[in-house]
Amino acid sequence: MNRFILFGWIALILVACAPAPTNCVLRLATTTSTADSGLLNFILPDFETKFACKVDVVAVGTGQAIQIGTKGDADVLLVHDRAREDKFVADGFAKERFDVMSNDYILLGPKNDPAKISGAARVGDALKTIANLKSPFASRGDGSGTHAKETSLWASANISPTKQVEWYNSLGQGMGETLLTANEKGAYTIADRGTYLSMKAKVPNLVVVVGGERISENQDKNLLNPYGIMAINPEKFKGINAEKANQFVQWMIAAETQKIIGGYGADKFGQPLFYPNAKK
Amino acid sequence: MDEIFSGLAHAIQLLVSADPALMEIVILSLQVSGIALALSAIAGVPIGAALGLSRLRARGLITALLYTGMGLPPVVVGLFVYLMLSRSGPFGSLAWLFTPNAMIVAQTIIAFPLVAGLTMAAVQGVDPALRVQVRSLGATRAQEIWAVLREARVGVIAAIVAAFGGVISEVGAVMLVGGNIEGKTRVLTTAIVLNTRTGDFALALALGIILLTLAFIANVAMLQLQGKE
Repeated sequence: MNRFILFGWIALILVACAPAPTNCVLRLATTTSTADSGLLNFILPDFETKFACKVDVVAVGTGQAIQIGTKGDADVLLVHDRAREDKFVADGFAKERFDVMSNDYILLGPKNDPAKISGAARVGDALKTIANLKSPFASRGDGSGTHAKETSLWASANISPTKQVEWYNSLGQGMGETLLTANEKGAYTIADRGTYLSMKAKVPNLVVVVGGERISENQDKNLLNPYGIMAINPEKFKGINAEKANQFVQWMIAAETQKIIGGYGADKFGQPLFYPNAKK
Repeated sequence: MDEIFSGLAHAIQLLVSADPALMEIVILSLQVSGIALALSAIAGVPIGAALGLSRLRARGLITALLYTGMGLPPVVVGLFVYLMLSRSGPFGSLAWLFTPNAMIVAQTIIAFPLVAGLTMAAVQGVDPALRVQVRSLGATRAQEIWAVLREARVGVIAAIVAAFGGVISEVGAVMLVGGNIEGKTRVLTTAIVLNTRTGDFALALALGIILLTLAFIANVAMLQLQGKE
């Protein structure tokens, strides 16, 4: 008798899993910051209604998102690592890259600021002090856009910190986990302002050391964080939803959507998390 | 400590209110792991039983391979399935990557060595005299295997229970091949990772408690099978 119940269960599960009718789906591979900050949930319903197409969001580090694009496993990319984006286009995986929005990176550190770098105008000087004093530093270490930016900042300060392991912690984690780790360990870290603002309440031991409380106070141009959008080149792979991908790109850079992006977070965080910058 | 209490409270509240987003995640978790378990049992129990009864010379090697398979890190299985199902991979035309089907494939591969290996061990533990007896009564080969499996059912069900525990709680493979897409491929474990990443510890813990509760209910149900006959 019991065996029949078991088989009944299995049959039920199998039936319940019958594939849903295949509607229009657009797959967006993007960085965790756009998803975890809540931006995509805020803006995507408008696209889904207007174009009758569901957007599947795969939120990973920029490195992995670009890898997904390189294998043809997404229709469109929204990422933030200009060098790799330009290479992606040069390699023919996308025909064109468009500016969408930007925010900025900030250097965060423990409240007591052991390296005494609070308010430094240039992040490079602050990083040199951190390295000289061997203050703990938490790095994403995951090949993400933020990690790539951090690596280039260290390089322009003429420091290669991976060898000085005692104070440099390469976590191999996302932005959220890295902020939480820096908060616990009393370490310095580099984060995008959007993710920091959306998690500020959860990391009470961290304060902004370089970059100021809002983007207008950030004096270091090296800390700019531009996001780019690219539709995957349909000539490279079979099965790319090129029509919707191109519509999605056009929708993202349209004046109306740009305005919605610029408004996101202002009520909740006292300032926008992203600043639209698509070219007219 | 606050997180632990608010996590518990949150879990109870989510369960009592039957939160639709949560129910979607729970149902998908059960579907994916349930189907993977059914597939691996359909293949693993007969293969495990046949291996347990055979006197093949290669059995030692096959046993070693199966037992190694039990220790396969889910993320390695996930990576393998990812590369197979990618549009640039050999099975790309299926377009299964980032769908529940890909998650089922990965979890079936994770569950199979557990089911087959533990079934084999259970069958080997059956008194050889039983086989002699049923054969002398004129049983066919299939009937003989069936008799042995009935005798070993406690171990076979333990194999299935272990495999269920393995797949319902794994996160490495489903995260990679499913992509944690909201409303599509988000299951309990990937939702826990997401909420931990964004610092929502109470919600992450609540989902963990729900996952444990589900595993407990499933195990009690299967142990019922084990006890009766």
